[in-house]
Amino acid sequence: MKVHVVDYGVGNLHSIVRAVEASGGEAVLTDSPKELARADRMLLPGVGAFEPCARRLQESGLVEPVKEFVRSGKPFLGICVGMQLLFDESREFGVHQGLGLIPGVVDAIPPLDAAGERKVPNIGWRPLRSPGEGSWDGTLMEGLEPGVSSAYFVHTYNCHPADAGHRLADVDYVGYQICAAVSKDNITGFQCHPERSGLVGLRIMANFLR
Amino acid sequence: MKRTLNGKGGIRVRNIRLIARLDIKAPNLIKGVRLEGLRVLGDPKAFATRYYEAGVDEIIYMDIVASLYERNSLGDLLTRTARDVFIPITVGGGVRSIDDVRALLRAGADKVAINTAAVRQPELISEVASRFGSQCMVLSIEAKSAGPGKWEAYTDNGRERTGLDVLEWVKRGCELGAGEILLTSVDREGTRKGFDVELLKAVAEVATCPVIASGGMGTLDHMRDALDEGGVDAIAMADVLHYDRLSLREIRAAATDAGYVLRQDVGAAT
Repeated sequence: MKVHVVDYGVGNLHSIVRAVEASGGEAVLTDSPKELARADRMLLPGVGAFEPCARRLQESGLVEPVKEFVRSGKPFLGICVGMQLLFDESREFGVHQGLGLIPGVVDAIPPLDAAGERKVPNIGWRPLRSPGEGSWDGTLMEGLEPGVSSAYFVHTYNCHPADAGHRLADVDYVGYQICAAVSKDNITGFQCHPERSGLVGLRIMANFLR
Repeated sequence: MKRTLNGKGGIRVRNIRLIARLDIKAPNLIKGVRLEGLRVLGDPKAFATRYYEAGVDEIIYMDIVASLYERNSLGDLLTRTARDVFIPITVGGGVRSIDDVRALLRAGADKVAINTAAVRQPELISEVASRFGSQCMVLSIEAKSAGPGKWEAYTDNGRERTGLDVLEWVKRGCELGAGEILLTSVDREGTRKGFDVELLKAVAEVATCPVIASGGMGTLDHMRDALDEGGVDAIAMADVLHYDRLSLREIRAAATDAGYVLRQDVGAAT
């Protein structure tokens, strides 16, 4: 199975390519709208701050090709800032528009509140929890164990889906609810890094390739 | 679960990370005492892969001769390692510029650790943080005791003084956008006499970002001291792993028994 990885000059592309390959897939790194139009699976990476990522995606002329793919109904995966970009807007260093594919906003993790003190960025392995009674069967998280399977996080901003039904996984960070994964129709996004999360992450990638 | 009072009437559960630190004099993994007197141990990738499979949470590659040549030579090693190691990799040593950072991230690193260049031009911390995100900007500090309750930051494997007070430098580094502090005690490094707990505690209190303790671990008690009293967020280990003095299985078990939260499903290790 081929995965088209959107190469817009940001992200840890090497790690992502390797994780796709280790899960039995073939990664196609591309910034060509024509090539992206041929994709059966699309992966949007992204590391760092929201605004430079959003700007680079825009400047690369890849916003429409990404949206077009999402409309096709084929499986789409966003990782880290690649997940944050799916939302309406981010409040990181000002207000910046996202792709508007999932209703909601991206905002800073509060370093301090009634629950106590939190160091930011949130760095480390956190056990993934299932919000509500939802099952992970049939999602990219199938086969993982809620509350046990852990993934690697490193981020300062957090997604707030407007519709709680779009939350696929949460983690608790010193009493603060972090949105670890979202899913809506054919779109899945992970705040954590499947490509850096050992066997748990490779399982997610393998599910994406199915 | 470890629940510590946070001074505000609340409780907190502490997640911690166990990190394997590999000091490299290309092409070999080496180990010294107080960052000097080096012994060759072998292919770093073989060690890193073994630690990954045994359930370590992260890898640090430190090019310890890079400052001498003013460049980091670990690009190829990073690329080879990232082929088979699916956990975060931090690389340090001789990272001087935005271009250096970009090249290392492209080669397969997730974060870069910067010491000398950050001391020379602290604004590099902000530039790296704004360009690539603070999550990949690790401020590396080599601390040497300078009297009771005082430490001075050094560069070049603990040989060059900077005149910077460690605690002031930590505060400044956090303000400038460092995402993590890699804190190495030059006095304890490679001695297996335990971490400099006073140093860890002082730094963890002023740092607003996570702190990694490095230098001195010889026993499981040393780790517990660094976590319980030092209050750090992660433990970097070298000697105890490279010489098989402790297994990752027993280290993980000891941290869990002490009440800390580690990732629970590490695959190969369970």
